[in-house]
This record gives sequence, C-alpha cells and structure tokens, in this order.
Amino acid sequence: MKQAANTAARRVLALEAMDALVAALAARGYRVLGPTLRDGVVVYDEIDSAARLPAGWTDEQGPGRYRLRRGPDGALFSCRPGAASWKRFLHPPEVTLCRVRRQGRSFTVEPVSSPAKPLALVGARPCELAAIAIQDRVLTEGPFTDPGYAARRRDLFVVAAECTEAGATCFCASLGTGPRASSGFDVALTEAGRNGGRVLLARAGSERGRAVLEALPSRAATAEEVAVAEAALDRATREQDAVPGTEARDTLAGRYADGRWEAIAQRCLGCASCTLVCPTCFCTTVEDTCSLDGAEAVRTRRWDSCFTPEFSHVHGGSVRASLAGRWRHWFLHKFVTWPEQFGTPGCVGCGRCVTWCPAGIDIREELRALSAGAPQGGVA
Amino acid sequence: MSKAGETRGLRVLPVMEARRETADTVTFELDPAPDTFPFAPGQFNMVYAFGLGEVPLSISGDPGDPRRLRHTVRGVGDVTRALASVRRGDAVGVRGPFGQAWPVEAAAGHDVLIVAGGIGLAPLRPAVCHVLAHRAQYGHVALLYGARTPADLLYARELQAWRGRFDLDVEVTVDRATAQWQGAVGVVTRLVPRVSFEPARTSAFVCGPEVMMRFAARELQRRGVPDDQVFLSAERNMKCGVGLCGHCQIGPLFACRDGPVIRYRTLAPLLAIREA
Amino acid sequence: MSVESLEKVLQSHPFFADLDPGLLETLVGCASNLVFKAGEFLAREGNPADRFFLVREGRVAVEIFRAVGGPLTVETVGGGEVLGWSWLFPPYKWHFDARAVTGVRALAFDAACLRRKLDADKAVGYEVVRRFASVAVQRLESTQLQLVDMYVESR
Repeated sequence: MKQAANTAARRVLALEAMDALVAALAARGYRVLGPTLRDGVVVYDEIDSAARLPAGWTDEQGPGRYRLRRGPDGALFSCRPGAASWKRFLHPPEVTLCRVRRQGRSFTVEPVSSPAKPLALVGARPCELAAIAIQDRVLTEGPFTDPGYAARRRDLFVVAAECTEAGATCFCASLGTGPRASSGFDVALTEAGRNGGRVLLARAGSERGRAVLEALPSRAATAEEVAVAEAALDRATREQDAVPGTEARDTLAGRYADGRWEAIAQRCLGCASCTLVCPTCFCTTVEDTCSLDGAEAVRTRRWDSCFTPEFSHVHGGSVRASLAGRWRHWFLHKFVTWPEQFGTPGCVGCGRCVTWCPAGIDIREELRALSAGAPQGGVA
Repeated sequence: MSKAGETRGLRVLPVMEARRETADTVTFELDPAPDTFPFAPGQFNMVYAFGLGEVPLSISGDPGDPRRLRHTVRGVGDVTRALASVRRGDAVGVRGPFGQAWPVEAAAGHDVLIVAGGIGLAPLRPAVCHVLAHRAQYGHVALLYGARTPADLLYARELQAWRGRFDLDVEVTVDRATAQWQGAVGVVTRLVPRVSFEPARTSAFVCGPEVMMRFAARELQRRGVPDDQVFLSAERNMKCGVGLCGHCQIGPLFACRDGPVIRYRTLAPLLAIREA
Repeated sequence: MSVESLEKVLQSHPFFADLDPGLLETLVGCASNLVFKAGEFLAREGNPADRFFLVREGRVAVEIFRAVGGPLTVETVGGGEVLGWSWLFPPYKWHFDARAVTGVRALAFDAACLRRKLDADKAVGYEVVRRFASVAVQRLESTQLQLVDMYVESR
C-alpha cells in the first residue's frame, strides 16, 4: 500500500542530477551544506557541487571507534553521520547576542543580527530530521522562542538521504526515527542497489521540493527499483541492535537510586563529547567579555554541557557535584524528563555518543541494563 | 505570545537608590520610566552588570507600585558584588519579569503563613505587600522570619512597622544570638506553633536555604497544611531565565519557567533525590 | 542470633541498663541484629521510620543533605548509644540521614512491633519512653552547647 504510493511518486535521478540539484539550490539563494571529507572524518560543510560528497567512502563505527574506509562502489551516501551534526548550523556553537557600550555611567545595548543566506541541507539522515524536529519543539514551541533558530529553521531546505545500511552504533529503528524519512524534508533520496546497479531514488516532501525535483533530469522509478530500496531499508532496520523504546520510561524513572550510575562514572571521563556530538542537546551558556578600556562589552552565547562541574553551580557549589550525578542527569534527561518537558524523547538513536565516547560507554547497553531487572543498591 | 528570549528585551535602567541591609546585602531601586515594571510577587529578573554578566534576582518591591523596581542582592560572586556596590546614577540591565509567582490570588479566603529564612525574605516581601494591600481578602496572616544572627536580618525598619500592625503576626528568630539580642533564638520552624492558623485553610509561602525550606515544609505538613497549599521558591543556576539554556533543571522542571515558586507536592519528591 | 544472645546484648547495652528482666523479655521479640558496611545508610530522610537502632559497635553519622555542599554531619552516634526517635511520633518518618562511617553492628527494633507493646503494657511504655526522653535531653543540651561556639571569642 505504502509502496505503491511511493512507486508513483518516486523518480530515479540521472547521474548528473546531484550536481544540478546543488546548482539549483545555490541559484535559489541557499547556502548549500552537505557531508564532505576532511581530516579523515565526514563533516558537514558548504558544498558547491556533488563532487564534494564522500562518494565511494563508508565508515566503521563502534563504541569509541570511528574509521573511514573505501566502500565497494561509488555510493554517495554510504557514510553515516560523523561527529558533527546539523546542529552547528541551526543552533550554532557561538552566537554574539549583543554589544554593550558605555555611555557615561550608563550603557547602551545593541542587538547583533547577522542576516545570513538561508540554508539547504543535502544528505540529512532521518535520525537528523527527527533531531531537528525535537529541537524545533524545544527552541520554538515553548513559552519563549530562540528567534535566531526560528529564522534559520523557517527558510531551511532539506534534502534527506535515507539509510540503506545501518551503522554499528545506530539504533534509530528502536526509537522510531529511521531508517526511513517520514517527514521534515523537501526532497528525500534513497540510494539503493549496490555494485553496479546503484540508483538514486527521489521523492518530494513539499511543494517547493516538488518544484526543485521536477527541474532535475530523472525518470520514473520502476516497481522493482522501489522494491530493492524498500528491502534495503528493511534490512537496515533489522541490522540494528534493539533497545527498549518509550515503554521503558517508567522503569527508568524509578532508577535514581541505582548503583549503576556510580559504576558508569568510574569509566566516564567527563569530557562532554557525548553532549557536543548529540544532535538534540541544546544547552547553552552566556559569556561576557569586556574590552581592556572598559568601553565595550560583548555577550556571547556558547554551547554548554551538563557534564561540566559548573553547570549546576549556585553560590557555594554545584548541585550535581559528582560525575555519577551528572551522567545520570544526562541519561535520564534524554529518556525520562525530556519527554515530560517536551512530549518527545530526547534521543534519536543516531549513535554518535556511542561512537565518540573515548571510554566507549554505550548508551544502548546502559538503556538495556537500566530498564531491565531489579535496581542495584545505591543512593538516590 | 512567545516573547523573544535572551537579549531581546534587555532594558537599561538607572539606579535611584541603594541601601545597605546587612554586611553583604544591599537593596537597590531602579527607575523603569517612562514605562512601569509590572510584576507578580515571587517573579525574578535577569539583572546585568556591565561587562560582568547576569544573575537571576528576585524582585523584592511592592507589586502594587510598578513605578519602581526593587531588588535585594547579596554580594557573593563577581556579578552580585558589582550589583551590591551600585550607587545612584549607575545603570544595570534588566530582562524580565520571569517565573511563576506566589499564588496570592488563589490564597484568597485562606490564612496565610509566610515563612522566610535569611535572604529568602526578599522574594517574599512582594507577597507580604500584596496581602497587606488586600488584607480583607485573607484570614489570619503571619510572617515567620529566621536568620543566622541578628546582624543578618533584612528590612529591619519595615519589620518593626509590620510588627506594629494588629492584623499581622510577625515572629522573628535567630539561630545564634548575640549578647544584645532579646528576641527568640532557635530555628525558624520553631516559630510555627506560636501563630494561629487553620491548617486545612492555610496557604504557606516558604523561601530560604533549601534545607530550611525542606524542614519548614515538613513542619507545616506535620501541622496538617495540605502539601498542595505549601509553596517553595527554588533556586538554581540560570543563564537565560526563559527555559532555553537548560541550566536550571530540577528533574523535569525548569526553575525559571515552572518555578521558582513550586508547589511542595510537586517539589518534595525531587528534593528527596540527591543531585536531582 | 538466638533470642537468648539477643537478650544478653540488650542487657549489656547502656540504654537498657537496669531494666527489669521481665520487661526486657517483652522487648526482645522486636529486636534483630544487623550489620552495616561503611558507607551504607541506616536511615534516609523522609523514609518511614519503621525502626530505631541500638548501636553496639562502630560509628554512625547523622547527616543533613544539602543540595549545594552535599551531606553535613550534625552529630555522630557510636557504640552504646541509641539512634532514632522519629518512630515514636507521627508521621513516623526519619528526619535525617544516618550513614555508617565505619562498619557498624546494631540492634534494630521494629517500630510497629514496639509501639504495640508500649501501648499494651504501660510499665514497659514508661520505661522505654523515659529512657528516650533522657537521651533526647542529653542530645539537645549538647547541641545547644555546640551552638555556643565555645572555641570562639565572645561576641
């Protein structure tokens, strides 16, 4: 049923279509971003043509492990997300909030706005679309909004790339965020059929996506091509390690006193890598700097992490003084309190925190252990 | 509708007056003219000291008079020490008001118990002002105030004026007396039995160090005040004040948005979890 | 531990010194022998005070937990002393945390069991409550003396 509908909507892009797509977006005034290789990893950066995409590369990921290697064919989207997420463009690591200038004994405040070109994301994974939707909820649907984020989001053009191969740390399927893209895109691509029979299927997810797609060299997809793509997506679903989904929330909520937090803290370095690579983490802090002559001050918003000891600092010390307490806070925020705050889970199963943890702490393992069995002794 | 967060809405206001309360605490008054600064009792502002940063400060003024904006600050860090040294003619930045307020309207018809510890009297002062300005709406009203030593008592003159009223019970105590102190000595929870109130029909507003609030709330519970009629004011690290920076979380609550005034029934289980 | 040995331990504990052997027999049924490792909690603030302890050996820290600063020891209770009186008065909830600083051996008395016996037999009730009152008075006086800050010059 769903496949039939997809067949009707699906096109197969010609080989030169990706260059045409990038050009079309640039012509519409977008700053086009996509995955590209740098320093042995895949990063998201400006691309001016499809040649920048990591064609022919794939990755091996595991807890605390990431390697790029040559893939078996020239697939464009065989590289799964690396450390960086689209977060660094939509919710930037550093934003100047205002400049403050002394005027006698008083001062004036000048907001800083940097009008920027609208962004187009090429190759956004379904888990990343889910992460963007989650950040939308946090940053634009509460009683207060982040106007910078809202502006960047409003004009965003998204070309999604579904995942026909699961990474070893991926668990999107258990959280319902992939490997298929269901919403949040203007165009969705599915690269299927390997080793010579590779095709790039495309479908529109919005009116402007349809307009862009129509202008690209393509032909209708055959039922067989769609079936191959769907089979690959099914396989990518099956390949993943299963973790408990939202049904585990109540169990986890009762685990504040578990002794496992302390055991995890023995391994954790408190390096905050997990929060830096996480596409949903949104915490920020504000830094104040002042010119040497005291005439001008700048307020800058920066990414922050709940793993820092100062994160919960009030006069006299920090509320979360122990690493175990901070790790517990991060984990239970993702799976217990975030849903209570925002009505969605705080995790999309992208696996970055597993791959990029230098201690190899695997959130899937902890999820399974903490949502099963009886609590181990510990202090709440 | 949704107000813009962070820097939008940062107003620069002149300091009209600064008054020393105790060795490390100062009350300063700002002039929001030509606007007024309406707020609800218990709300706070993010207050900015040029070049140094922002801190959340409870508004300690009278909500019935929004022509002046008053804050009481204890100088314990760079920003608060700078704010505690402002003089008339200086300027500070203000964003707000933010946060959930003491439910003074919902408490109409009730006896009102206001229990303050130390600088906790500052966020409660607006509630006292409101209740006194609408005195006929409430039953018995009592202010219980405890501080570490006599030298740490805030608003000394105002306390005396309040003590002189016939429609307000004021009990003051200190943890440690000095030779000159003639008043009560003991923790503030010991003042509860001294005032009369009908527990089932009492609203209690409690603010002070977290330990004090925990024990005071428990004492009120013991006396039969329902835990959905006891309200505490939680304090956490705040960077934005608008629920976007993540710092002020207590369990699922954002202290800036779901608090700082929080119903004891909601907060109690979170207070029992270490490092929540 | 057998009932006989429990009785012996009770007899030799200072709290029950000079207690009528007949009354002792009544109480022993509510007692059990417990061992705590260093770091283990004997009581948590807010939890049901369903027992109290006669500490035989070791040291227990009575703590108040602060959100900022962590646990603060307000006093310690050692061998020969008694820990816990919240079981005597409603709502029967511990007011403080109690944590074993060293390994601790203690006799734990089931509160519900004991309250029943105290209500049923006024003689036992009087003896037990009198001893608790005495302990409470001593602790209060020593706490008040702590507040005087004896080691600091006069203010």
